[in-house]
Amino acid sequence: MCAKQVTKKPSEPVGTTGHSWDGIEELNNPMPRWWVWTFYATILWAVGYMIAYPAWPLINGATPGVLGASTRADVVDEIARFDAANAEIKAALIAAPLETIPTDQALMAYAEPAGASVFRTNCSTCHGSGAAGVEGKGYPNLLDDDWLWGGTIADIHLTISHGIRNTTDPDARYSQMPAFGADQLLEPAQIDAVVEHVLAISGQEHDAALATEGATLFADNCAACHMEAGEGDPTQGAPRLNDAIWLYGGSREKIKETVVYARFGVMPGWTGRLTEDEIRAVAAYVHSRGGGE
Amino acid sequence: MAFLDKHKAIETHATLLLVLSLLVVSIGGIVQIVPLFYLENTIEKVEGVRPYSPLELAGRDIYIREGCYVCHSQMIRPMRDEVERYGHYSLAAESMYDRPFQWGSKRTGPDLARVGGRYSDAWHVDHLTDPQSVVPESVMPKYGYLLNAELDGRYIEGIMATHRFVGVPYDDAMMENAVADFKAQADPNSDYTGLQERYAKANVSNFDGQPQLTEMDALIAYLQVLGTMVDFSTFTPDASR
Repeated sequence: MCAKQVTKKPSEPVGTTGHSWDGIEELNNPMPRWWVWTFYATILWAVGYMIAYPAWPLINGATPGVLGASTRADVVDEIARFDAANAEIKAALIAAPLETIPTDQALMAYAEPAGASVFRTNCSTCHGSGAAGVEGKGYPNLLDDDWLWGGTIADIHLTISHGIRNTTDPDARYSQMPAFGADQLLEPAQIDAVVEHVLAISGQEHDAALATEGATLFADNCAACHMEAGEGDPTQGAPRLNDAIWLYGGSREKIKETVVYARFGVMPGWTGRLTEDEIRAVAAYVHSRGGGE
Repeated sequence: MAFLDKHKAIETHATLLLVLSLLVVSIGGIVQIVPLFYLENTIEKVEGVRPYSPLELAGRDIYIREGCYVCHSQMIRPMRDEVERYGHYSLAAESMYDRPFQWGSKRTGPDLARVGGRYSDAWHVDHLTDPQSVVPESVMPKYGYLLNAELDGRYIEGIMATHRFVGVPYDDAMMENAVADFKAQADPNSDYTGLQERYAKANVSNFDGQPQLTEMDALIAYLQVLGTMVDFSTFTPDASR
């Protein structure tokens, strides 16, 4: 409670600037010494920086600077450094026959985390961050053993390398389901019968009379790809229909939509975007999620 | 520092103050403006970059209208983490026909500089209609109404003329066929050989899966071309950058 008023005495008279407003005058104090020297130091720093780093734009490019700094060269060096650190294991991964990778513990110790990282960056947007896909939207679950195009590591590797039904990779897996309704290959009543048959073989509640009628139609129109009992054919990417796993939904309405308009799921090919070792790593990762054959 | 005390002479002579102010402002202006005359030498000489096709250009306008750039950048910086995630760092040449460029500075969502070809057209429709249906953790708003906004390309020639005026090399054949190319790109059953001659490797597809041509078609056509033009075998990094 005994605050002492601090008054600073001017050490020497500095005079005024000579400006005076209503009798208020402005003392002509110099700038603080530390501030002035910091200011000069920044000017010197700028000169040094211009010499050391790329700075002045000239006719054909900027001055390179004596340190030769280049962000583009830096990133190339840094990537090369990390590639070199993993070069041995990557080479081993590329050299190994695909089918031996899942049982090779040394390779899997690298491939699984590396593949998981590739998966989360590139694949999870469609197949989900946990690889469970998106049910009913045509993004397959990769955790189960129901494979559209085969579940061996070689199959998975081929699918990732070239994709499915894309227009950019000539080696992409390809097959096309006809649009039985839209292209009038079947009458509406026939489509209803086929749908009942599909409901029947997948063990769902159905109209038995219609389903019997649909069985013949199924054998004539669908069995070539989906096989007689609806067990599907991975060489043609024809999904299994006699189970409870559905790519675009298994309700009566959804199956009918599929038969009428057909489905045409596209997956991009990853050759070029991913390196061979990355593709092998992510193939091994997907194979190891539980459904690998 | 006696010369610093001379400023009184400047401050008390209006004409001298004006002349010297002009001098200082001119130097500042020249330092900022002159490098723009040499902008060409910052653009890498690479093969493959072409002007946007009419449909892609319309999609780009929708991208800008919807403010996509507010959350998505189109600039992969030369850093290892970015190159590993998104692909080769962006080149100046890749946005030389972008008026204005869409580099952005904010990433609420991921960078889109190389999103082209990364996902299927159907995924883009699902994702734009309801982002959370495919990416549950996404905070992106829904853009399903683009599916209902039909386009007929009636203004596209004017838009291209404006881009041509500011230096995008649309030639006479491109201008004449603007509307035809606009429609052909979204229709795989059309004759699109002319389109692909004028715009190399243009993606022809019924992007939105609907019979009519909508803003969704245009936006997906634009997204699918992003970052796919440069032929990187023709790119030699310049050490001074």
